[in-house]
Amino acid sequence: MQQARGRWIPWAGFLLLAAAAPLAHAFGDPYFVSLLTRGVILALAAIGLDLILGYGAMVSFGHAAFVGAGAYSVGILAYHAREGTGVFDGALGIGGTQAALFAWPAAIVLAALLAAAIGALSLRTRGLYFIMITLAFGQMVYYLFTSLERYGGDDGLILWERSRLPGIDSGDNTTFFYVCLALLVLVFVLLRIAVDAPFGRVLRGAAENERRMRALGFPVYRYRLVAFVIAGAVAGLAGALLANQDTFVSPDLLHWRHSGEMLVMVILGGIGTLFGPILGAIALTLLEEFLAGWTQHWMIFLGPVLVLVVLFARHGLHGWLTGRGRTNAS
Amino acid sequence: MPMRNSAPCRSRTADADPDAAAARPQGRHRHLMLLFLEQLLNGVQLGIMLFLLASGLTLVFGIMGLINLAHGSLYMLGAFVCASAVAASGSFTLGVLAAIAAAGAAGMVIESAILRHLYRRGHLDQVLATFGLILFFNEAVRIVWGPRPLFVDVPAALGGTVEIVADAPYPVYRLAIIGTGLAIAVGLWWLVQRTRLGMLIRAGAADREMLSALGVDSRRLYAGVFALGALLAGLAGALAGPLFAVEVGMGENILILTFVVIVIGGIGSVRGALAGSLLVGIVDTLGRAYLPTILRLVAEPATADGVGAALASMLIYLVMAAVLVWRPSGLFPGHAAS
Amino acid sequence: MPPEPLLRVTALTKSFGALRASDGVDIDVAPGELRAVIGPNGAGKSTLINQLAGEIHPDSGTIRFLGHDVTDLAVDARARAGLARSFQVTSILPGFTALENAALAAQAHAGHSFRFWRRAADERALRERAHRVLERVGLAERADQAAGHLAHGEQRQLELAMVLAGRPRLLLLDEPMAGLGPEEIGRLSALLDTLRGEVGILLVEHDMDVVFSLSDRITVLIFGRAIATGPPTEIRASAEVRRAYLGDAA
Repeated sequence: MQQARGRWIPWAGFLLLAAAAPLAHAFGDPYFVSLLTRGVILALAAIGLDLILGYGAMVSFGHAAFVGAGAYSVGILAYHAREGTGVFDGALGIGGTQAALFAWPAAIVLAALLAAAIGALSLRTRGLYFIMITLAFGQMVYYLFTSLERYGGDDGLILWERSRLPGIDSGDNTTFFYVCLALLVLVFVLLRIAVDAPFGRVLRGAAENERRMRALGFPVYRYRLVAFVIAGAVAGLAGALLANQDTFVSPDLLHWRHSGEMLVMVILGGIGTLFGPILGAIALTLLEEFLAGWTQHWMIFLGPVLVLVVLFARHGLHGWLTGRGRTNAS
Repeated sequence: MPMRNSAPCRSRTADADPDAAAARPQGRHRHLMLLFLEQLLNGVQLGIMLFLLASGLTLVFGIMGLINLAHGSLYMLGAFVCASAVAASGSFTLGVLAAIAAAGAAGMVIESAILRHLYRRGHLDQVLATFGLILFFNEAVRIVWGPRPLFVDVPAALGGTVEIVADAPYPVYRLAIIGTGLAIAVGLWWLVQRTRLGMLIRAGAADREMLSALGVDSRRLYAGVFALGALLAGLAGALAGPLFAVEVGMGENILILTFVVIVIGGIGSVRGALAGSLLVGIVDTLGRAYLPTILRLVAEPATADGVGAALASMLIYLVMAAVLVWRPSGLFPGHAAS
Repeated sequence: MPPEPLLRVTALTKSFGALRASDGVDIDVAPGELRAVIGPNGAGKSTLINQLAGEIHPDSGTIRFLGHDVTDLAVDARARAGLARSFQVTSILPGFTALENAALAAQAHAGHSFRFWRRAADERALRERAHRVLERVGLAERADQAAGHLAHGEQRQLELAMVLAGRPRLLLLDEPMAGLGPEEIGRLSALLDTLRGEVGILLVEHDMDVVFSLSDRITVLIFGRAIATGPPTEIRASAEVRRAYLGDAA
């Protein structure tokens, strides 16, 4: 069901990204690698969102909550590792850790559990209700993390070093960039496969005609919930990486403004294409950086541009590159 | 939401001898009751503010099926325009009128230029486009009025307090808001239930397609309903000035609360908006006032205050979750919910 | 002792405010029987189908399918149990091809779909099943056409194919002939005739020729009440039915 033409685009894109790091060094701009890393991490969060948004037609306005949950998992575990104490004062037998191989899966699991809880309730509704409810729950989680005085509250938490990876120096920006890129490619491939698989077909069918899918015998709610949890898990991983990238976590990560930004990335890049959101995330990250250099009020352009894209360029960058959008797009 | 006057207010007579008054058993009891009454009224007042926003928004949701994130921006615009008008003219009345006019005008512009094209589009498009409007409005306001918050004084005519019950002074201004809101609620009820326009509104909320089949000029109806919502948002913004800080981003905070109200109340229902607003306003206010205190009964003060404050912020969302378990379409659902 | 009916509906009642859409309706469908439900517009036929399918919950009464009480069972659970339903207004997946539509219908009955990668053997089996059912309804040549691009009549055929793909025990057909031309009606009637005996069919239809030629038994619904039930000859001869519904033409 994926369009035949344009299949080479993602791979060209990944190669370009991989080459960008040494190129940046050659041009004497190592900061660009950091910027690109940020873009790649947000792209990861965005493709998770595309799964439920582009393929499942679930307009979730609370995606930032899962990114934040993942980031805080890493942050909290790092904090306890440094303090030498256990989480919940060792009550659950969970000590702190700086090891990525523990902390990052923990981030994924926590974000997935959060998504399961929020999704279980939100997915009983649809349409306008669903959008507002995911927004509201996202805000609730934001307030939850703001109230964690122990972990910095409003001010946030500093990580003193990046998560430790076996045999790899995560502290080196270029190395870390490749770690993030590798994870992005991995998740992209897995999601691509899943979307064409029986699971993905049910999701896409339900997005087109939910009533019909139910009448055929599919318990649509269950599939949507699983998709929602997967998206949350991917967002959690992105959050873990983000915490590492900035070596800082703050409740601001969970602010709904970021949920909106991720939706923008998906639509800007091309909804329902999986690679489109990657384009959108990187483009938006680079755009913000360059525009901010020109004028303090660059934001005033983003709004109208977004409106114009929604009204006239619905298929985003990916649609522009391939000449059209998804075959079974709306 | 940053609030300026969130501390409970005391009158001078109570301050004169609080210990003696509180020391007597029935005095202490009465004291607590009066504090509770004050918080309750604060909750009602917050609810009324939310109602001014929620009523317009729920009608737009129900009739046009349009999710409009920029509603909070109209509220913000009203607050800023009122603040400037008051600063320039010294008249709060002028400020309110200017706010309503500005919000109404801005509303009509965005409705005809942008939102009109979104009625038939999916919800995602509407969310993104109105999110774009938020970004635009926030930055525009920042450019015009600068990044620092503005403050508006309570108008002199509505200043001071009045004793609704003996020894229980309550700010006149807040009572005025409650009164205004109730008057508007009655007005909306009359509009929706007793006028031809209201009949069209109810019909549109129940079955959008039927309206065009009946030959109704939906364009004008939609524009009218949207304008009504915009005016109410501007009014709410103007009234909010003396209570909250007037700053960029104030619209979003209250918008989310408004969404919670509508989810609880039911899309398309003004009655639901009123019920939801009062519920949210009262629960939120009482929760913030009393949760830390209640938790002190079972935990030590430091923990109780921390957890209490956190729980109080989350309380209203937990209530929303509870309502959803019981009634996924809200307390008074209209029919055109999606 | 007669065999347990495939479908047994007892005293089904549903009101919408003051409107009694279903008023104590009793209906049986025996295995392999084709039971038609007819009635003027507003008689409550669609509401009946929606209650049988599970989209609307009756105010009172029971629905027994294959001997089990399914009154409180969800739509998808009933479908998985073998109760397949077609829609009056065509309801297919326009972005998928005809073959994919049918394959998805078959997939619903091939265990759960929490599979995140394709298994060649499974895919082959689904496509074969889809091909066979498309052939059966006469849509084989259009298999790779996007369903949204099919002609109205072809979409109705696809609708039926999706209903059959899951090997149902009972079909609930809601005006399958709606909007079809005479040739298409003939083809669909022939198909239904072959299905009779294989599966039970509850057919809601307006086309009287089809109803009287195909049905084993007919139930006449007026204002939500089943005023007559019996074989076609009996219904045709009933003065009461004539008076209430058919007019003198029948």
